[in-house]
Amino acid sequence: MAKTELVSIKVNGRERQAPAEPRLLLVHFIRDVLQLTGTHIGCDTSNCGACTVLLDGKPIKSCTMFAVQADGAEILTIEGVASKDGKLHPLQEGFKEEHGLQCGYCTPGMILSSYALLKENPHPTEEQIRWGISGNLCRCTGYKNIVKAVQYAASKNGQGA
Amino acid sequence: MQKTSLEIGGMGHAIKRKEDPRFLQGKGNYVDDVHLPGMVYGHMVRSPYAHARLKSINTAEALKLPGVLAVITGEDLAKAGLAWMPTLFHDKQMVLATGKVLFQSQEVAFVVAEDRYVAADAAELVEVEYEELPVLVDPHKARDPGAPILREDREEKSNHIFHWEVGDRAASDKVFSESAVTARVDAVFQRCHPAPLETCGCVADFNRATSRLNIYLTSQAPHAHRTLFAIVGGIPEQNIRVVSPDIGGGFGNKVPIYPGYVCAVVASLTLGVPVKWIETRSENLQSTGFARDYHMTAELAADKDGKLRAMRVNTLADHGAFNAAAQPTKFPAGLFSICTGSYDFAEAFCEVDGVYTNKAPGGIAYRCSFRVTEAAYLIERAVDVLAADLKMDPVEIRRKNFIPPSHFPYKSPLGWTYDSGDYDKAMTKALEMIGYDDLRKEQAEKRAKGELMGIGISSFTEIVGAGPGHTFDIAGIKMFDSCEIRVHPTGKAIARMGTKSQGQGHETTYAQIVAQELGIPAADVLIEEGDTDTAPYGLGTYASRSTPTSGAATAIAARKIRDKAKKIAAHLLEVSEDDLEWEPGKFFVKGAPSKSKTIQDIAFAAYTNLPEGMEAGLEAVNYYDPPNLTFPFGTYISVVDIDKGTGAVKVRRFVAVDDCGNIINPMIVEGQVHGGLTEGLAIAFMQNIGYDENGNIEGGTFMDYLVPTAVETPSWETATTCTPSPHHPFGAKGVGESPNVGSPAAFVNSVVDALSHLGVRHIDMPITPWKVWKILQEKGVTA
Repeated sequence: MAKTELVSIKVNGRERQAPAEPRLLLVHFIRDVLQLTGTHIGCDTSNCGACTVLLDGKPIKSCTMFAVQADGAEILTIEGVASKDGKLHPLQEGFKEEHGLQCGYCTPGMILSSYALLKENPHPTEEQIRWGISGNLCRCTGYKNIVKAVQYAASKNGQGA
Repeated sequence: MQKTSLEIGGMGHAIKRKEDPRFLQGKGNYVDDVHLPGMVYGHMVRSPYAHARLKSINTAEALKLPGVLAVITGEDLAKAGLAWMPTLFHDKQMVLATGKVLFQSQEVAFVVAEDRYVAADAAELVEVEYEELPVLVDPHKARDPGAPILREDREEKSNHIFHWEVGDRAASDKVFSESAVTARVDAVFQRCHPAPLETCGCVADFNRATSRLNIYLTSQAPHAHRTLFAIVGGIPEQNIRVVSPDIGGGFGNKVPIYPGYVCAVVASLTLGVPVKWIETRSENLQSTGFARDYHMTAELAADKDGKLRAMRVNTLADHGAFNAAAQPTKFPAGLFSICTGSYDFAEAFCEVDGVYTNKAPGGIAYRCSFRVTEAAYLIERAVDVLAADLKMDPVEIRRKNFIPPSHFPYKSPLGWTYDSGDYDKAMTKALEMIGYDDLRKEQAEKRAKGELMGIGISSFTEIVGAGPGHTFDIAGIKMFDSCEIRVHPTGKAIARMGTKSQGQGHETTYAQIVAQELGIPAADVLIEEGDTDTAPYGLGTYASRSTPTSGAATAIAARKIRDKAKKIAAHLLEVSEDDLEWEPGKFFVKGAPSKSKTIQDIAFAAYTNLPEGMEAGLEAVNYYDPPNLTFPFGTYISVVDIDKGTGAVKVRRFVAVDDCGNIINPMIVEGQVHGGLTEGLAIAFMQNIGYDENGNIEGGTFMDYLVPTAVETPSWETATTCTPSPHHPFGAKGVGESPNVGSPAAFVNSVVDALSHLGVRHIDMPITPWKVWKILQEKGVTA
């Protein structure tokens, strides 16, 4: 194994440090080193978006970045989306209420892309939602209910959520 | 059926899914999330050639890499008798290649290392010397005299796998010779891949101290897989535990046993540590079970007025290097003989020949009950071709030929007994929803202006829910399925099944069946599947069989419990059983409804206050062997606009009316339909696992094998009609696959309809903009 370097990342509000070899993908750092397995891997060509996390607030595909490149950054994964007391985020509620998930494999990435979308555009149109999640593939739902889930969350925007 | 309260949440309630909270918070447990102490990683070395002699494999450099524990080759497996394994359909396939390789990306060696990166590095260091052989790609050339013989292991020196036929050839030919009109379509249902978002993988964990082998497996059929590991591997079955944890979509891809699983098991048995193997997406697309690859010809004989009389079908099936179809053993072409569809034919004849080529092995059922998709596509295309030839409206020809409701149960000329159907009802509803007459007017106006718009209809019939066990089996095991329910003293329950959800929502829908039958709120019923140590034996989830089989078993087991509960209630109320009536959740005394015992009271009594001589507990198990399959149906309508400048097709609207009998959870049914339609869209317009003349895969990554995003996917419009199955315990039929089965024909029919005035009768899938643009150029249509 190649020489390792110490990587420091703030994940879901908590400082984490661990050694990583330079080519270790961020998604493997998150899943295997930090054991946050909610972030998934669905392809090897950066197409599917199952590994989407927020890096300093921006959605990125964590399979397409080395862990060392994220040194010093702040990351949000699906495990950090609900509030500390366990209350689901409006997006999580929306996915449940509108049946926006089936097998659940794309769901973490979908939620994080939607999270970033709503931060930037709290009241998107249907078309804007469809473009906003177009970097995330779903094989089960046909997207219609995912769009409704994001609309559900958007409707809670401005209501203190 | 008595309607339950929303609080109980029985049949028909759109209750929210019980499985969602863990998935929404990143707490699902998929196979790659399984992390065991001391676990090591496997990586596959694969062939770059489609057909080549294996000259030598040198593992020395790979073994020198620090962290590498083993490199397993086909020769190593041969010593243990495991170089080959049986497929699920009368054939065998190589686990790791010996002698030669037969398809690109075939498994050649398995590297095991302490770290997944080291395993991948070491795989690069395995030196394999190949000598290239002539490659056979085109299935139509497989039986040519000069074709290379691919399978040297077989006695029969030919690439022909099987010939299968059903129906009356002579009688059909006679009708054809006497009929006024015939129509013909040559249609290829291209090679597709189910591509669930989670790829296949496993963690094999052999414990030398206990001799137990735990296999965490992406398995749609954990019990059958346990038995196959026992039979093929010679491991005592009680020592094998297959756990199918959360599954990230299956769609048929996770029915077969793959070489990676076997290698991981062998490595764990050899090394005594847990071995994880997770395939990449590209490996998934290039080597695991593909679907379709049916090269079909259908002919219809009819009267001048479009009344259908006979059908003939001739099909060539490309199975790749090994016949790795996963289907009932008596049916080489699965249930393809449902190809007469929703129409009343006097005679029909269907024949299929299977051949080997230098492609990945398979022929699995992608969201499909064993070749039903190919069949539905073929008949729905053929009927449209006949209608166009006769200048008839596609609605009119369908209406003229539908099997009428009064003819059910209906015996088809190819031998099936359809349980129930009302095809015109579903079509009428779909036509109303889409506004068919207005669309036809709009189309005529657009045509006059030179614009291209099409409307496509598919009125499909499916055949799902195998058994019965006397006709259907997988590897000899009869296709029943099961449920075991245990009601706890506090009136809550756990139920386990032989099926396995991959996203279908079983934890919710099975709980609703228990709620319906026993009145225990669905919220109080825990559903567990996938652990062969605890669940009753079953054949698994595929072919839309969960509700028809395990769903039925759940109702029957619950009814057994209710029978015992009635005896306990009579004891508690000190009345005769005959004096009791049931409403969901309680027994009460006839004429005195205040005298009652709830199911919770009864459950407690089952452990504390039993009638004299009664066994304690409140449990039941049922192994349900269905008397027949179920025959869901529906009508789908697609409306497309075609850009004359680019050939791009836009699906403007799509209406799906499904009939799956009585519905357990309408929200989940609708979700299933949305998902399957999106898969159908991808098949119709985007997806193909193609091969070049050297057997190189075109379509082996998500860069080339396209999955629609939210942007390309239309906003589906859905509805249902309800024609219950007369033989199912609660009148349900399967539904999960209907949208994938029924929609490709609707999409293609709509594109062909848009171009029909130009003389176009058929276009093979995937209908890419390039393909349409070329047709427009040939026909002299310009922007």
